[in-house]
Amino acid sequence: MALTPLRLVTIVAEPVLESRLVRDLKALGASGWTLTESRGEGSRGMRASDVPGEGIRLEVVASPETADRIVAHVAEHYFPNYAVIAWVCEVQVVRGEKYV
Amino acid sequence: MVIQVTILPQADIISAMSTADLLQANLLSPYVLAFGLGVLAKLLRSDLALPKDVYTGLSIYLLFALGLKGGVELSEAPFGEIFLPAVATLALGVVTPVVAYAVLRRLGRLRPVDAAAIAAHYGSVSAVTFIAAQTFVRAVGETPEPYLATLLALLESPGIAVGLGLGLLATRRADHPVGGVMREVFTGRTMLLLVGGLIVGALTGKSGYEPIQPFYEGMFRGALTLFLLEMGLLAAERLSDLKRTGPFLVAFGVMIPVVHGALGAWAGTLAGLSPGGAAVLGAMAASASYIAAPPAVRMTLPEANPTYYLTASLAITFPFNLVAGIPLYYWFARLFAE
Repeated sequence: MALTPLRLVTIVAEPVLESRLVRDLKALGASGWTLTESRGEGSRGMRASDVPGEGIRLEVVASPETADRIVAHVAEHYFPNYAVIAWVCEVQVVRGEKYV
Repeated sequence: MVIQVTILPQADIISAMSTADLLQANLLSPYVLAFGLGVLAKLLRSDLALPKDVYTGLSIYLLFALGLKGGVELSEAPFGEIFLPAVATLALGVVTPVVAYAVLRRLGRLRPVDAAAIAAHYGSVSAVTFIAAQTFVRAVGETPEPYLATLLALLESPGIAVGLGLGLLATRRADHPVGGVMREVFTGRTMLLLVGGLIVGALTGKSGYEPIQPFYEGMFRGALTLFLLEMGLLAAERLSDLKRTGPFLVAFGVMIPVVHGALGAWAGTLAGLSPGGAAVLGAMAASASYIAAPPAVRMTLPEANPTYYLTASLAITFPFNLVAGIPLYYWFARLFAE
């Protein structure tokens, strides 16, 4: 089966950001997203669930350009004051045409 | 079975209870003891934890029951009777966050944005503290006004709006969309269940409420006890953060409720509430929100340190009100009534 090289953007964030992040992702051109609840601790010295609720892990498969836009946006708007981390991986996606 | 009932005139029961008696009666209530058990469990590192969904379910039940019962009684209260207490409540919602902000800035020398974030919590209200206060004044023989749940709904959002407003002014970001965040406060589960319950209760009236009454009243206190067990766990989890918040915030978390509680009991008395009702209004003014306010503040004032506002409202003020504050506000209310 044909595989398409694409990017997987993963954002781990505190729960209050859920609706805002999802809105941003769509506006930046993501065709879909997957959200899972998560727990953890990081350098910010606060639990991800500081404001009651589980942390969130948002995953988006996108074209390299869209992935760059998403990471730049998250870095600009959320890194300064929120507990957020983001990373990008190269992935080989089945039915890749759906994501571009 | 023979049930012996001793009927004392209400005033005698009350005057016979000294402040120490009131405190003792409160300390030995199942609610305070369950809260203490929760704290103890956390300190012993027990694996006890209420599943998240049970906690959410209990809070939905408590808030909806509160709204329903309040609504039924509201349908029988004349509008004129509730007008002045409602005005007093709204005034408290505006005054208390400003007082808290001034104290935090002047005495605590906190950053404006931290002061505003904490003020938003202390301007809003804790529904569980309200329930505990209502239960307490009933237990000592008072009959608080039946429409107090309406006042609870009125008090929740003004304080958050004032606190957020102060924070945005301080950080000079007047262009920030507070409207969206306030919409989330109004449509959040606390307000929706409370206001929705009030409307449903008012529309159904006594006859419509009767068939569902056993579920919403019979189990209410039991559910509250279980909820307070979880509150004890949550509060104890934050105890280790006290080291990071410093002594000023601990003192603030105990002193400001006393000031706000006295203010609330006084305003309630002026508005014509009974001592029981004024005590409950005092407890409402003294309480700090920890369900509705934190997400709103986190979204709007992200620069504020969440450890400060969460620890102060959950680990200091809530236990203080539950254990000592409520009997104290009742004592204030009786003093003002004389």
